[in-house]
Amino acid sequence: MKLNELTAHELHDLLVNKAISCRELTEAVFTRVEAVEEQVKAYLTLTRDVAMQQAAAVDEKLARGEAIGALEGIPVAIKDVLCTQGIRTTCASKILYNFIPPYDATVVQKMRAAGMVFIGKANMDEFAMGSSTENSAFFPTRNPWDLTTVPGGSSGGSAAAVAADECIVALGSDTGGSIRQPASFCGIVGLKPTYGRVSRYGLIAFASSLDQIGPMTKDVTDCALLMNIIAGHDPLDSTSLPQPVPDYTNSLVPDVKGLRIGVPKEYFAQGVEPAVAEAVRAAIDKLCELGATAEETSTPYAEYGLPTYYIIAPSEASSNLARYDGVQYGYRAADESDVITMLRKTRAEGFGHEVKHRIMIGTYALSSGYYDAYYLKASKVRTLIKQDFDRAFEKYDVLITPTSPTVAFKLGERTDDPLAMKLADVCTIPVNMAGLPGISIPCGFDKGLPIGLQIIGKALDEETLLRVAYTYEQATEWHKQKPRL
Amino acid sequence: MRLSREQVEHVALLARLELSEEEKERYMHELNQILEHFEALQRLDTENVPPTSHAIPMTNVLREDVVRPSLPREAVLQNAPDAAEGCFRVPRVVEEG
Repeated sequence: MKLNELTAHELHDLLVNKAISCRELTEAVFTRVEAVEEQVKAYLTLTRDVAMQQAAAVDEKLARGEAIGALEGIPVAIKDVLCTQGIRTTCASKILYNFIPPYDATVVQKMRAAGMVFIGKANMDEFAMGSSTENSAFFPTRNPWDLTTVPGGSSGGSAAAVAADECIVALGSDTGGSIRQPASFCGIVGLKPTYGRVSRYGLIAFASSLDQIGPMTKDVTDCALLMNIIAGHDPLDSTSLPQPVPDYTNSLVPDVKGLRIGVPKEYFAQGVEPAVAEAVRAAIDKLCELGATAEETSTPYAEYGLPTYYIIAPSEASSNLARYDGVQYGYRAADESDVITMLRKTRAEGFGHEVKHRIMIGTYALSSGYYDAYYLKASKVRTLIKQDFDRAFEKYDVLITPTSPTVAFKLGERTDDPLAMKLADVCTIPVNMAGLPGISIPCGFDKGLPIGLQIIGKALDEETLLRVAYTYEQATEWHKQKPRL
Repeated sequence: MRLSREQVEHVALLARLELSEEEKERYMHELNQILEHFEALQRLDTENVPPTSHAIPMTNVLREDVVRPSLPREAVLQNAPDAAEGCFRVPRVVEEG
């Protein structure tokens, strides 16, 4: 196996034993990027100079005989929604095409401090609005398993980079499924932590009550290791939670004896492909063989997740995106005849179709006379969705569902139908509504494309998610499959 | 509820977006499609349900009001499309006279 094909925990051992240098590892990753990037197009910006400096620092430390951290020297891809000081950050939008942040997002600062190696900024749907990465203002990313299909989205660049071995680990962000759904489509592990577990400072905001940053990795062990770096309270994010952060590697134990699994039937209903439902049910059977018990349950409000999201997320977005006015940063239209014209033209020319679509919905839903009928109504239904989960978790330790109703679809297949596009997130959206943690892990293939399994846990119980995911992973071989590029 | 073309124009003004004639048509169609989809929620009785704006219970966060360094002015202005004399420059907003 080539170095870039290994996991972070395997590479850590090689680095510590001086079997390889961090420089060799970083070169191996860039060699791979050069070989496949023309087909995959996972990155918007490559940061070779930064990476080589970071790698040299790790090699010097090793040469001095100093100990290194678990992810020190590990190459990472960073979704371009996260601010990186001195490194262009576009959010895949024309309106930020030349934005160079003067500060790091907290998670980026933590990864720098941990000695990780920055390979580049990963492609995404513009402002994280989309489910296929086709809404990038620059170019779509392709799924390494089949270049005619989408990698999912919005963290499609991060997912494709991990699956194609163009990095070792990656960071994504998830507002309605944007980590878990592309992880599912690309056959990797993706965790959306509990709302507030990871600081959002420096994450370019889409829907602030739903957004959360999380790891996208080749296996569950790497996921736990990256959580150890990024989780924790941050005074710069008043919504980050003060609870202490456990060592997530303590959850890497193959043990599900006595675990109570709830299987909400609504997530296996309309639109879920038979092959996907079958693979997920087989995975639940596997966990039962290993000592868990499973039972069908019902979360009747789950079906309202999508329409609720369709009001709440755009409402928050329309407010968050008001800051793009051509004054402080980014694109400004040439017509400066007066301020309002400059503003309207800047935003008309700078935003893509999907972003304007959501700003329009959100502005309407929040506008005078319509607030009660739309935003308030949706916020109340959000309570009902959350109560569904509260009831379920009185009886069960985790819930298991498909991550997405289908495997990766063809490029262009859903671009003209916003509702069909959003259906890819129907199983993941309710989890954001309730602020809960959810993880997607590979559990099979259909037509040569990966299928993902979603495990949903109680608030701040990432440990149980990781333990269940690890137990399943250790008993199966899905995560070892690689796309042929 | 059907959204008219005039309403679409009004929302676009509120959102500070300039729309082409083509876009007005397209957004009118798309917004109506979404609102129709949203109608499904109207059959739920939410009379006595409190709204959720954040899923995880939160309290106000306070800190001591102490002076801390902020970003240097050059760093803040380096991304500005137009800047002069340490300020962001914008088209005239105040009338003369």
